[in-house]
Amino acid sequence: MQAKRTIFPNKILPYMLLVPQLAVTLIFFIWPALQALKSSFEREDPFGFRTTFVWFENYRRLFIDPNYVGSLSKTAVFAFSVTVLSMSLALILAVAVNRVLRTNRLYTTLLVWPYAVAPVVVGILWWFMFNPTIGIAPYLLRAAGIDWNHRIDGTDAMILVIIAASWKQISYNFLFFVAGLQSVPQSLIEAAAIDGAGPFKRFWTIVFPLLSPTTFFLLIVNMNYAMFDTFGLIDATTQGGPAQATNILVYKVYTDGFIGLNIGSSSAQSVVLMIIVIALTAIQFRYVERRVQY
Amino acid sequence: MKKLALLLSTGVIAALAHAPNVAAQTEIAWWHAMDAELGKKLEEIANGFNESQSEFKIVPSYKGTYPETLTAAIAAFRANEQPAIVQVFEVGTGTMMAAKGAVYPVYQLMEDNGEPWDPSGFLAPVVGYYSDTDGNILSMPFNSSTPIMYYNKDVFEKAGLDRETPPKTWAELEAMSRQIMESGAAPCGFTSGWITWVQTENLSAIHDQPYGTLENGFGGLGTEFTFNGPVQVKHWDNLKKWADEGLFEYGGPVGGGDAPPKFYAQECAIYMNSSASRAGVINNSKEFEVGFAPLPYYDDVTTDPKNSIIGGATLWALNGKDPEVYKGVAQFFTYLSQPEVQASWHQFTGYLPITNAAYELGQEQNYYADNPGSDIAIKQITRGTPTANSKGVRFGNLTQARTVVDEEFEAMLAGTKTAQEALDAAVERGNQILRDFEAANQ
Repeated sequence: MQAKRTIFPNKILPYMLLVPQLAVTLIFFIWPALQALKSSFEREDPFGFRTTFVWFENYRRLFIDPNYVGSLSKTAVFAFSVTVLSMSLALILAVAVNRVLRTNRLYTTLLVWPYAVAPVVVGILWWFMFNPTIGIAPYLLRAAGIDWNHRIDGTDAMILVIIAASWKQISYNFLFFVAGLQSVPQSLIEAAAIDGAGPFKRFWTIVFPLLSPTTFFLLIVNMNYAMFDTFGLIDATTQGGPAQATNILVYKVYTDGFIGLNIGSSSAQSVVLMIIVIALTAIQFRYVERRVQY
Repeated sequence: MKKLALLLSTGVIAALAHAPNVAAQTEIAWWHAMDAELGKKLEEIANGFNESQSEFKIVPSYKGTYPETLTAAIAAFRANEQPAIVQVFEVGTGTMMAAKGAVYPVYQLMEDNGEPWDPSGFLAPVVGYYSDTDGNILSMPFNSSTPIMYYNKDVFEKAGLDRETPPKTWAELEAMSRQIMESGAAPCGFTSGWITWVQTENLSAIHDQPYGTLENGFGGLGTEFTFNGPVQVKHWDNLKKWADEGLFEYGGPVGGGDAPPKFYAQECAIYMNSSASRAGVINNSKEFEVGFAPLPYYDDVTTDPKNSIIGGATLWALNGKDPEVYKGVAQFFTYLSQPEVQASWHQFTGYLPITNAAYELGQEQNYYADNPGSDIAIKQITRGTPTANSKGVRFGNLTQARTVVDEEFEAMLAGTKTAQEALDAAVERGNQILRDFEAANQ
């Protein structure tokens, strides 16, 4: 059956309709991106009196700086851990809630709450709980024989920001997984059950593949969240420390540019960050999407 | 209905007719970084000036932390929306001094507007820090501080120590901390805010050790850091050793946000931080008595500790406004330097009195006699004759360099580097930052 095609004779109207969206993209994305590209090739004093063109000096300096290379790997660890942790926990919770029939509304509401909290507030919350001096968590951990001090121990600090970043994102992932699960046709599951497939088998062979568009979408969203949106959280909990242990790329852009007033290096870093994200998204759409069944 | 509209519009016209009288007041924007109690006190000062005359109106606005305020002002300057006055912390001084086209030097501002201006009336270390190589003051001193030591007298007594005798030297501080810990009077000996400023920059000044070449950066842009000398290494080594033993607890990078609660909660008996923390310390220490003392020194390095160095902020006038505005700025600065205004700010906050007259007024008012310890900071920063090493540290991009020092200190605490390695690395990375600054400002 062929859908009816509507033909609009007006040649200009479609472009006119696109103009607002294009204007927004140009002003708020393309133009700043070009500005960043331009200043990444320059060295400038903070007030902008003297600007010199330095070619790739800012980039060259970045990649011989062990701190920057360290920040790259820290970002990878951070983004990967947050994505895996928040998506797997969200899926488990979603499956659990999907089975409870009568009260799932209540559970859903409760589980979605954390998402409404601003990243900075999340940061302060976790900073407070895990503060080596006044926090409840190090106190309990110490009682259990674990010496927690994310002020000095880089691994502790990384664990803290991963947990904090995941905690907030679980809600978001959970919502999408619940919606995805509820659109899985009951008849398929019932048929499989009649054929003798256990709950685990039913989940892996029917539910999970049907969830793949949701999972794929969340994968991209979560990677982007971990790389960009966690800035406020890092600022409130560890400020990239100790000794740069949690200095992920987006936070380094901020500290070098806004605190250190080194605009050239900061721009070069944002360009690198932009390239990474474009590459990641391209890879995901090119290779991962092929395995997705819509 | 029509009548009502008519009445309303007459009202509007009448209001508009009165408006010119209000608009005749020239508004002067003042961006600052003082929040909470300090911010309220600052607004009080602005109101005091506004009420003292009718020509100008100072409009203070809070712009966040010191680095945030500086960044906001620079961004505003680039967009030609800058305030007439901005408060910049001492770390930003090098940056501001290099930005010649952006800054209206205060000595010139006062001269151009015929306001009285006598640099010799200011405390010597304050004048020295904010002057150019020809001795002209470039920014208006406002809130200057220096680090001192606070201690918990009750814990001292519980540990069997004399509650009126704080440690003078680091050796005494170590012994007393150990006694405090071992007696169970408190779980930790001491903590400190600002590792960079208190335990590195001030440590160097007090022991007359160079922090960098060219008179700690006062002499020009081609300077290099040299704070990896034996005294600094020895001190960092000790801090690491004491941290491992639990005598010293680290309070975090930059200002050291975890340090004050450790002191307030009576976990650490001794706490080193800015004299401007005084109001906060007293307010938060209602359950025990606080003592005040100068920073300790190593008596095997020097028997004659030098003056400590300055922190806090000054007010910079930014270029690009009407002459009328600068007339108001100059008058406001004159108002600010009045002994009454200064003394009240200093006594309320714990910042230094920036003029000799304000200090003398405090003495006349018996303020220091009534509040023991409140003059420790002034005495410490004015003791002896300042040397090239104790004048202060003034480097471009010092904010970034301080971040590096913090990071290397943390690496040392985590045990990945020795004190010598950490300080060497900080100097090397810091020099790179200085070269960047030099290249950008030539």
